[in-house]
Amino acid sequence: MKKIEAIIKPFRLDDVKDALKEAGIQGMTAIEVKGFGRQKGHTEHYRGAEYTVDFIPKVKIEVVVPDELAPAAVEAIERSARTGKIGDGKIFVLAVEEAVRIRTGERGEEAL
Amino acid sequence: MRFACPFRAAAPALALLLVVGPAWAGTGPNPGDTAWLLASSALVLLMVPGLALFYGGMVRAKNILSTLMLSFIAMGVIAVQWVVAGYSLSFGGSPGPWIGGLDRLFLSGLTPETLSGTVPTLAFAVFQGMFAIITPALISGALVERVKFGAYTLFIVLWAFLVYDPLAHWVWGEGGWLLRMGALDFAGGTVVHVSSGVSALAAILVLGKRRGYPTERFIPHNLTMTLLGAGLLWFGWFGFNAGSALAANGTAVLAFVSTNTAAAAGMLGWLAAEKVRFGRPSALGAASGLVAGLVAITPGAGFITPGWAIVVGGLAGLICFRAVCLKERLGYDDALDVFGVHGVGGAWGALATGIFATVGAGSLITGDLRQFGVQVVGVVAAAVYAFVVTWVLCRVLDATIGLRVSPEDELVGLDQTAHGEVGYSL
Repeated sequence: MKKIEAIIKPFRLDDVKDALKEAGIQGMTAIEVKGFGRQKGHTEHYRGAEYTVDFIPKVKIEVVVPDELAPAAVEAIERSARTGKIGDGKIFVLAVEEAVRIRTGERGEEAL
Repeated sequence: MRFACPFRAAAPALALLLVVGPAWAGTGPNPGDTAWLLASSALVLLMVPGLALFYGGMVRAKNILSTLMLSFIAMGVIAVQWVVAGYSLSFGGSPGPWIGGLDRLFLSGLTPETLSGTVPTLAFAVFQGMFAIITPALISGALVERVKFGAYTLFIVLWAFLVYDPLAHWVWGEGGWLLRMGALDFAGGTVVHVSSGVSALAAILVLGKRRGYPTERFIPHNLTMTLLGAGLLWFGWFGFNAGSALAANGTAVLAFVSTNTAAAAGMLGWLAAEKVRFGRPSALGAASGLVAGLVAITPGAGFITPGWAIVVGGLAGLICFRAVCLKERLGYDDALDVFGVHGVGGAWGALATGIFATVGAGSLITGDLRQFGVQVVGVVAAAVYAFVVTWVLCRVLDATIGLRVSPEDELVGLDQTAHGEVGYSL
């Protein structure tokens, strides 16, 4: 099993979700996060006071998939999240040791 | 313009009223005037929660309830103080030039039949009471996020006795020295705005900066709340200014229209300044600018035509924007810009009244140099008095009970530490 973590632009979330569904992924988790990378932050003005905001809003999605589905899922995210502009985000793939479906007690890929 | 005003400016308007003939010719109170004054009183009271929201959106989430409470507690303590003694000290009989008498303690002697002009005196008293409530609440914007709730509450009660009541008497009370001199303050440019703005500055010089200011970020936590509050302030300000005619008459209508126009122009002025300086007009700028316009037209609302109100309001937006930017350089922490908007805007408005008044009063544009001079005297006197008394009062309170919360409490936030609550929980 593989866990795919992707940090994407918030407004791409719906497209990424649809692309993952098409690739056969049946569930995912999305979290609102803040961070920065090469895109850097921006400045905000409040009554003349200028603030540099380093952390910018992003969405982090997490999916756990069987090994054979991982390449297709990564490709789906890559394609659907890309705008070509700086700040499109990153995808990480991690190995997963175990999964449990709490309701039934199923283990491993059965639980996904 | 108060019913007892002996100044010459009101004479032509009153004469006209008598010649044309008012709609009401009975012996009791005029129902139309009374209804408008009561409605206006309610409108001015609504400005206090409006102000609370306006300020509340600009602080950090951990201090939201604390900030709202600094305005709300004024509705509690000042409404009582006003009935007990405030009204009498401001408007009581056996008047001197500096302070009113003690004959109206607990509003004694004011029955439903007691009239002032065309309205029951009780209606006038409650209307004035709303002004007394909102003025110290205005100061709270400078003190938020670090002032002790109890010390602040005591401060505003003492401030009402020592600063507000005397100033109201000087400008509006029978025998008040600025009234005698002919100073024009239609609805409180000096009494409310100069006094609160300058007092805010004096208070923060004693209280000190918020921890981390200005290196840490103090970003407003909810500007939607601030815009809602600004909208309520604009709405309530119709009672504040048009109600100050103390009658449902042409002067009230003029004040209403000029007030609306100046608020709009103030918003445009501030937004234009922001656009030039930072490239983008902001929502907080719109809210701040309209308040600046409202502040500036307050002393002249019943004397200035809507055309000139565009100039008064528009310049208020520009001037107050500059004043607020200046704070950064001067290095004091007027947290929500009470001095920059109310002090500077109120002073500009009082002077602007001496420049642009054409209805029932003279000014620079009608060739009345003296009136402008009187306006300058009014602003300077109110500012110096409010600053000195507030500074001394704050020093005394700070040395005795302490004005400021502990550094730990400031870090945790005053909602939890002062009130045992949080504004938001999931």
